[in-house]
Amino acid sequence: MFYRNIDEGKVISQEEISKGIFSLWIKNKGAAYANAGQFVGVYPKSKDTLLMRPISICETDEKESKMRLVYRVSGKGTKEFSELKEGDNVKLLANLGNGFPVDEVKGKCIVLMGGGIGIPPMLGVAKALKGEDVNAFLGYRDRDMFLHEDFMSACKVYIATEDGSVGVKGNVIDALKASTGLKPDVIMACGPMPMLRAIKKYAEENNIKAYISLEERMACGIGACLGCVCKTVKKDGHSHVNNTRICTEGPVFDAEEVDI
Amino acid sequence: MNTKVTIAGVEFRNPVMSASGTFGSGMEYSNFVDLNKLGAVVTKGVSNIPWEGNPTPRVAEVYGGMLNAIGLQNPGVDVFIERDLAFLEKYDTNVIVNVCGKSVEDYIEAVERLNDTNVSMFEINVSCPNVKEGAIAFGQKADALFNITDKIKKVAKKPIIMKLSPNVTDITEMAKAAEAAGSDAISLINTITGMKIDIERRKFVLANKTGGMSGPAIKPVAVRMVYQCSKAVNIPIIGMGGIMTGEDAVEFLMAGASAVAVGAANFINPFAMTDVIDGIENYMRKHNISDINEIIGCV
Repeated sequence: MFYRNIDEGKVISQEEISKGIFSLWIKNKGAAYANAGQFVGVYPKSKDTLLMRPISICETDEKESKMRLVYRVSGKGTKEFSELKEGDNVKLLANLGNGFPVDEVKGKCIVLMGGGIGIPPMLGVAKALKGEDVNAFLGYRDRDMFLHEDFMSACKVYIATEDGSVGVKGNVIDALKASTGLKPDVIMACGPMPMLRAIKKYAEENNIKAYISLEERMACGIGACLGCVCKTVKKDGHSHVNNTRICTEGPVFDAEEVDI
Repeated sequence: MNTKVTIAGVEFRNPVMSASGTFGSGMEYSNFVDLNKLGAVVTKGVSNIPWEGNPTPRVAEVYGGMLNAIGLQNPGVDVFIERDLAFLEKYDTNVIVNVCGKSVEDYIEAVERLNDTNVSMFEINVSCPNVKEGAIAFGQKADALFNITDKIKKVAKKPIIMKLSPNVTDITEMAKAAEAAGSDAISLINTITGMKIDIERRKFVLANKTGGMSGPAIKPVAVRMVYQCSKAVNIPIIGMGGIMTGEDAVEFLMAGASAVAVGAANFINPFAMTDVIDGIENYMRKHNISDINEIIGCV
């Protein structure tokens, strides 16, 4: 359901789940209406910062109206968030963007792919598709992994590490290729741009439908500033210039429709 | 308590407008703000044909503000009229269309297409620092500004507002040129050209290298320029640059602005427009001001 507001959220818990990666549970109104793959804007309190920080929703607890954000500390804003404690207030712009089309892929052989800090939103997708034929490929740098155990409770999990310390040595596509017998109908993915480019190419070559979640620097998060655009194959619906808004038309796109 | 102001014969219910480019055409913010409460919606820049804009990254946060180099991406005047103006017609507020172009002919073509619509005024963007041709080239030399103002004024069927750039040696020279050529009002300031470098990657943060700075840090520069222009010309001024609160807006009014525009604040707080309106009213109540016009240019 569409929900768009400024939420005054309350921190329920926070822990560092891997080096520099934090898991933050927040109770807020928008959590009850979020779709897997949507994101929120989190406002830092410090006057050193002004803009909200866009962070993907990892998973939600609809009944309790809670959402989990798993993010990497990468600057002033996220550093501040990492210091939030139980009971603290946190202001959010919720909910932003569109999620993954989970209802459209039911009954199919589904492959989820997450790379690095692109892994968290895929957990919500795995949980939304619980009971379906879901295979999650998670790519990490090394054995310092996170969220993989959460995925195991929802779907089959395959690991790829760059250094080969766990699972297949290489990336998520190498891991998929190594899984003989698995023939995906659809791939849904989030991760760094080189990974998404490779998935787009692999999906096209193998005639697989692919949905990818993109990110870009953004200011407003609601489609007004046109800061966060992505090149599209066809004319975009808003500006008619092959530049679509990641915050509004995305962040999840049919891989065939974007020129990345 | 009267908050009405009049600019070039157009009446505004209050002096608070959106700054072009920060509010889309109002649609995106209508989830947060009742557009009927605004003095005006000033739309994102629109050109005669669709403009693609610049490569990404287009925005960056800086201390006290942000840089943007969107490059005036817009769908062109035809889609704008069909979709955005049709949407805005549902609301009881003034619509000011910001018009941009790469040549005088581009501006004139867009203005002519908009002439017979219901909009209240045109704001002519001769001050965007992020496009290579046109735009700011017309806004940094007094004779070029006079020339384009004169040509647009001859075809425009609505009052025009020339939007001035702060990236000049003496902004009052630009204000005087706009006035001499018949501009009905001026708005200032557009963004201040800036740059941010990522020292870890040794690269420019913005793909365009430079971007326009906006946000609270630029407010003192903007207030100073509004004050100087108000002493230099007799046409009304719409003041903008870093307005976050009602108090900020009052400062601009006192400096000589007849109205104000709220820009980057919309990105920081989606309720900024109505918060500024409420803040002005609170200030008026607190100081027993019955008519907002009393404080315009009072310093």
